[in-house]
Amino acid sequence: MDLQLLVDIFPQVVLDGIILGFMYALIALGYTMVYGVLEFINFAHSEIFIIGAFVGVELLLGLQSLGALDAVPWPLVLLLALLVGMAGSGLLAVTVERVAYRPLRSAPRLIPLISAIGVSFFLQDMIRLFESLWHNAFNLVYPTIDALNVRLELTRTIDVPVKSLVVILAALGMLGVLWVLVNRTKVGTAIRAVAEDQAAASLMGINVNRIISLTFLIGGAMGGAAGVLFGVQYGLINPYSGFIPGLKAFTAAVLGGIGNIPGAMLGGIVLGLLEAFAASYLSLLTGGAFGAEYKDIFAFSVLILILIFRPRGLLGEVVRGRA
Amino acid sequence: MIQVVLAVGLVALSAWAVASFPRSVLVFLLFQGSLLFAYVARIPTWLRVGLLGTALLVLMPLIGFFNGYYLEVATQVGIFVALALGLNIVVGLAGLLDLGYVAFFAVGAYSWAIPGSPHANLIFGGNAFPLPAWSFYAFLLIGLLVAAGTGILLGLPVLRLHGDYLAIVTLGFGEVIRVLANNLDKPINITNGPKGITPIGRPPLPFGVPYSEGFYFLVLLIVAVVIVVNRRLEDSHIGRAWEAIREDELAAQAMGVPLVRSKLLAFACGASFAGVMGVVFSAKQIFINPESFTFLESIGVLAMVILGGMGSIPGAVLGATVVTVLNLQVLKGLSLWLNELKNAGVVVFGYSLADLPTQLEPAKYERMIFGVILILMMIFRPQGIFPARRRARELAKQA
Repeated sequence: MDLQLLVDIFPQVVLDGIILGFMYALIALGYTMVYGVLEFINFAHSEIFIIGAFVGVELLLGLQSLGALDAVPWPLVLLLALLVGMAGSGLLAVTVERVAYRPLRSAPRLIPLISAIGVSFFLQDMIRLFESLWHNAFNLVYPTIDALNVRLELTRTIDVPVKSLVVILAALGMLGVLWVLVNRTKVGTAIRAVAEDQAAASLMGINVNRIISLTFLIGGAMGGAAGVLFGVQYGLINPYSGFIPGLKAFTAAVLGGIGNIPGAMLGGIVLGLLEAFAASYLSLLTGGAFGAEYKDIFAFSVLILILIFRPRGLLGEVVRGRA
Repeated sequence: MIQVVLAVGLVALSAWAVASFPRSVLVFLLFQGSLLFAYVARIPTWLRVGLLGTALLVLMPLIGFFNGYYLEVATQVGIFVALALGLNIVVGLAGLLDLGYVAFFAVGAYSWAIPGSPHANLIFGGNAFPLPAWSFYAFLLIGLLVAAGTGILLGLPVLRLHGDYLAIVTLGFGEVIRVLANNLDKPINITNGPKGITPIGRPPLPFGVPYSEGFYFLVLLIVAVVIVVNRRLEDSHIGRAWEAIREDELAAQAMGVPLVRSKLLAFACGASFAGVMGVVFSAKQIFINPESFTFLESIGVLAMVILGGMGSIPGAVLGATVVTVLNLQVLKGLSLWLNELKNAGVVVFGYSLADLPTQLEPAKYERMIFGVILILMMIFRPQGIFPARRRARELAKQA
């Protein structure tokens, strides 16, 4: 085993882990907020996330075909893509809730979950259908913006592309805004009240249905932002590439304590770091016998272990005999 | 009386039609529809059994002689019927949502694929493999036991979880099995990774029956056994315990139902059906690789159970038939038809179909079918097409 190599790649691995972690954190927020108010796993959230990436890529491709991609300054382009992606995902999430979840709200618990799985599969093929008709291709590549690919040299061995820094900054900003929204505004208080006790909240004059829609909107918008950032960071997207990140983000939400907003952020970053370490070190430590291809198993094992030994997660409260 | 005439007439007519138009998908669908009608029509039991028996035991193999593809479809339907019935025990009776069910199918398939092909020589060295063809029959039992064992192994840690958490963990487990099958070609080559295992031995068949007919009858026999087991289980001590757990765990426990043991039993039972069918599947296909055991398959089987009605045996049979036929015939037929129109350059409303994007292939949209089935059934008819009586009442009460 090459100890020097292990040490040399360490900062790079941490950086990769943090980027991945912020991505997971943004997606995990959608799961955790919806679980907070409805005690329901929104299985279709992984597709709501990837829709954001597709809306973003359509915008960028559109700008490119107009020749505007290089003319407009890149921060503006990126901001526009983020906003459009957030709007697309958020509206889709609200629609999905209205069509496929609201009629089932009083049904036994497994019924809406199965409906959500159906929505997830349906959306995957809808994206594929749309892109097949529109571009005659459903694997799309984000257009490159040269300024984002410049590498900044931090030390002699580590350099970061600008886009990774942008991803981290954007995610941080988004999480900050969400924190203020939930903890410092009237709407945020209403969301927390509905999560606490729906009946009591509605007696206090809160329109519960509207708050639930709003929760889906915010969670979806966060997912959409994550989608655009995912596309900018990794480039290639297809209608099915939301599924595994979605599952891992759910793991992150459970890891942090589902229903708990700071927990989702923490869980995302911890899971991202764990996964980055597994991906880079597993093969080195086992002499090549097990490699990065086991990183998915690694995330699922984390999920199973937490659920068995600490179902309330890192920051969660004791759940009342239900989880 | 009208129904008697109708049922006999329909089955006879559609069988004749299939024999005369062996290429038409629609006619084959009509034949399947006539079987369904014979099942639901108000006719004497002896006639119903006679009609269905003749159709499945005599007409279907005869059709197979004219058009092997239909027999292949019927065999596939049989495999999925057994899978749906197995999942029906776990989801329908015991109320445990298992999203990784296809993992047990995979375990069964690999448990015959490895020793039944020369591949095992790479693991154990020497020249002892493949095992003689007749040992396939022993492996039906071994596949069952291995899958049931896997079910128990998985169940032990995760059955303390409830509802949706259990669903996600079983999903993770299904993915773990697939990733393992995909990557265990090193350090020891157990599954040969994504390249898959081939050639897998086929069992010797009595009376020189051709393989396609042989597998059809084998699958039919297993499905019959599975249905009998299912029916006996439903009203047994264990079946009642499962339903009690599904309705209310706390109350069931208070009544003395051993929770963990009953749930493990449900997992093991469901898994064992999948294991047996896995063994048959690997021998039928000669070649298996991890691609056959994806999450999509698990959801497909779930869609079959949901469509037919959770906890209902005829429902699972119907659901499996409809979904498999949709996948194998209707979607593929649509693809072929669209291609023909494209090649012929047909113009619809001034739009030439030849300009349709090449990536548009209806055959690839099975997820959409599954998705639509799941959503619509949950919203409009959560008890399914052929609901189990108790389940229907329960859902009606809550609505």
